[in-house]
Amino acid sequence: MNDWSAPGRATTTVADSEIAIDIRGLSLTYQTADTPVLALSDVNLSIRRGEFVSFIGPSGCGKTTLMRIIADLVSPTSGSVTVNGISPEAARLKRAYGYVFQAPALYAWRNVVRNVMLPLEIIGMSAEKSSERAKKYLAMVGLTGFERKFPWQLSGGMQQRVSLARSLAFEPALLLMDEPFGALDEITRDHLNEQLLRLWEQTRKTVIFVTHSISEAVFLSNRIVVMSPRPGRILEIIDNALPPGRGLDIRETPAFLDVAHRVRVALRAGHSYDD
Amino acid sequence: MTTDAATLPARVAIGHKGGFVYRFAPIAAVVVFLLVCWYALAVWLNAPLVIDQHTRDDTSWTARDLVVGTWSMERPVLPAPHQIAENLRETVFNTPIDSKRSLVYHAGVTVSATLLGFVFGSLLGILLAVGIVHLAALDRSLLPWIIASQAVPILAIAPMVVVVLGNLGLDGLLPKAIISMYLCFFPVTIGMVKGLRSPDPLQLDLMRTYSASQAQTFRKLRWPAATAFLFTSLKVAIATSLVGAIVGELPTGAQAGLGARLLSGSYYGQTVQIWSALVMASLLGLGLVFLVGMAERLVLRSQGAPP
Repeated sequence: MNDWSAPGRATTTVADSEIAIDIRGLSLTYQTADTPVLALSDVNLSIRRGEFVSFIGPSGCGKTTLMRIIADLVSPTSGSVTVNGISPEAARLKRAYGYVFQAPALYAWRNVVRNVMLPLEIIGMSAEKSSERAKKYLAMVGLTGFERKFPWQLSGGMQQRVSLARSLAFEPALLLMDEPFGALDEITRDHLNEQLLRLWEQTRKTVIFVTHSISEAVFLSNRIVVMSPRPGRILEIIDNALPPGRGLDIRETPAFLDVAHRVRVALRAGHSYDD
Repeated sequence: MTTDAATLPARVAIGHKGGFVYRFAPIAAVVVFLLVCWYALAVWLNAPLVIDQHTRDDTSWTARDLVVGTWSMERPVLPAPHQIAENLRETVFNTPIDSKRSLVYHAGVTVSATLLGFVFGSLLGILLAVGIVHLAALDRSLLPWIIASQAVPILAIAPMVVVVLGNLGLDGLLPKAIISMYLCFFPVTIGMVKGLRSPDPLQLDLMRTYSASQAQTFRKLRWPAATAFLFTSLKVAIATSLVGAIVGELPTGAQAGLGARLLSGSYYGQTVQIWSALVMASLLGLGLVFLVGMAERLVLRSQGAPP
């Protein structure tokens, strides 16, 4: 059963306005050539505003698919999803979220600042204002001075930071991040994790973060949603009570290792390594 | 060691990338080789005519007479390069441009048809590609016809176009431009369909997350992504457009244009005139492709392409 409850949640009802994302009885079936594949089965999940939630699980567990459903890039077969109380499609049309993909997906013919300005141009913001806004977020991801460079002149880590700045630029309250640092080396990844955490602490956006790194999930999130494949489902939702203002060193503390251990045990329970 | 030290600077000078010698020495070598072959071929092909002439005149001849004779005939089977050069010099520089004997005049006529056909063809090609990429119905209905259109030999179509348009009272530039257009829209359509479809799924998903309109997706993603494909196609298109214009000049018995020069040259056995028109057409083709290439470099540079 995917019935879960956060501490205290059973007794106090959470006001609807505090719910960012509500998923009930969600399933998705892909029709392949020979057999239908159950990509997600009976997923129930509720995310409050301002939470940092990680989806973790092995390949094929449906974590990216679940996020794509929230973003209205894929439609579920059954069940209901609301984003800020409205359907994912309505939320997308209202530009309720910023999406960071696995790859930077920068446009090669635009320099860095114009890549960040892209969403602002689409929502019709004036050139002057959007350029100012783009520079602000480039500064936030530590890329001041690189505005006029083109994507091919940047390292992979820098490109992914541009992509992060681009998703932040139109200041969505919800940030969907699909293994954004998966392709980066560990040193760059640590650095960006720290930056992302500081950013979240400053802005208190709702963040959903897909990863298959246990330490990344534990370091960043309030809650960790452990998923398992065949069929894609939620195994367990682990609360992470590590204090705010975490530094990278926290990863060597017993409290951190304890949470990481619980995640690992939950993953193993899904028999995800057996076949 | 000493030999190394002595040869090293010379090797650096020759092997320096981007240096004059490095870039042009291989090309020059090929040109020299071709010229030698050409002169030899001229002797071989023209010799029977020269020998015939000497036999008829009943004069004796030496090997030297033979070679000089084969390189200076009025109507050779294969004119020697210097004869073509001389004819080009005469008809390009020493003839008033408005004269019917000026090769510049004829080239101008052909180039104007080429350019008009190129503009029409490129616009048509782009329009078709935009339609094919955005409408599934056009993709299935139009593409097979577009491919079939190029399977019909242009030599069969050109006279029909000229005759039909002639009946409608249209002659001169337009029929030739239409034949050019018919040839050159094809590479543009094919290249642009590929280019407009070149954005990867993530880049398209990104536009969807912004709930961008189809017009915005086209303007900010598909079109810029297709630029490189467009210019590659345009370089092919301008070369075929020139071919189309020349072919369009053949069936009319046109009075002007490089095609007309080729035709009248072959009527009267003026091989030197044919060859100089041919050389002129090649130079024009190179020049036009070069110009498109320059435009390509400018545009791609503005898109931040690595130099």
